[in-house]
Amino acid sequence: MIGLSSYLVLAALMFSIGLFGVLTRRNAVGILLGIELMLNAVNINLVAFARFHGDLLGLVFTLFTISITVAEVAVGLAIVIVIFRVRRTVEADRLDLLRW
Amino acid sequence: MTLEAVGFWVVAVVLLASSLAVVLTPNLFHAVLYLAAALVATGAIFLLLEQPFLFAVQLLLYAGGVVTIVVFAIMLTERLIGERVRQTSRHLVNGAIVAAAVFAGIAGFLLRSPLATPRPGPVDDATVAIGRALVGPFAVTLELLGVLLVTALLGALYFARSDE
Repeated sequence: MIGLSSYLVLAALMFSIGLFGVLTRRNAVGILLGIELMLNAVNINLVAFARFHGDLLGLVFTLFTISITVAEVAVGLAIVIVIFRVRRTVEADRLDLLRW
Repeated sequence: MTLEAVGFWVVAVVLLASSLAVVLTPNLFHAVLYLAAALVATGAIFLLLEQPFLFAVQLLLYAGGVVTIVVFAIMLTERLIGERVRQTSRHLVNGAIVAAAVFAGIAGFLLRSPLATPRPGPVDDATVAIGRALVGPFAVTLELLGVLLVTALLGALYFARSDE
């Protein structure tokens, strides 16, 4: 029998992997991919809690987070494309225009 | 081992392997394909939790939508730069330490907290209940979500417009 903690540990592992990706990737698109992993881990948590507590709220919330994430990716990638156009670079390290 | 346990471990291994591949592979295009695998595996987790509707949403929006957008963006930027988007990683050790610390924190919290919630029996398809909740107590939220999606769409169009 797979308990609630198994799902939570799996989600925590996935979240950590995504965090690792966000911290180590140089490419802005790669950082976005890491963020996707982290958000998916959170969704697993929400659905697992909803299932094990017999509560509908987590499922509805998961639907909302999925939709918002898709919008976020669209805007984020549009920004990345604009940055590519202006700066001709993909590396987040070189995007230091706002650094004083 | 029950069928559910076997399914869980198989999906968990696939999920973690593809997640690791997403953050470790040097080729960005491969990373997106591994991300698609990870997203489908997440959907399989939803199936294991008896939520077929969320599985369908996950496939349609994530594995279908997000992956397509990202692949599209990579193609565009490769054309803009004129070279293949390879990527190297930096601060591998520091990143691993921070990620491991975060995981240790979460896992320690999980181990200390009583989570012996028994799994409730098989439930009916939650799709009807989700639908009723979306147009009932969450109707305003749903409408706000529509506004957000339109705004995001217009914003993305505005950002990515051509200069002339």
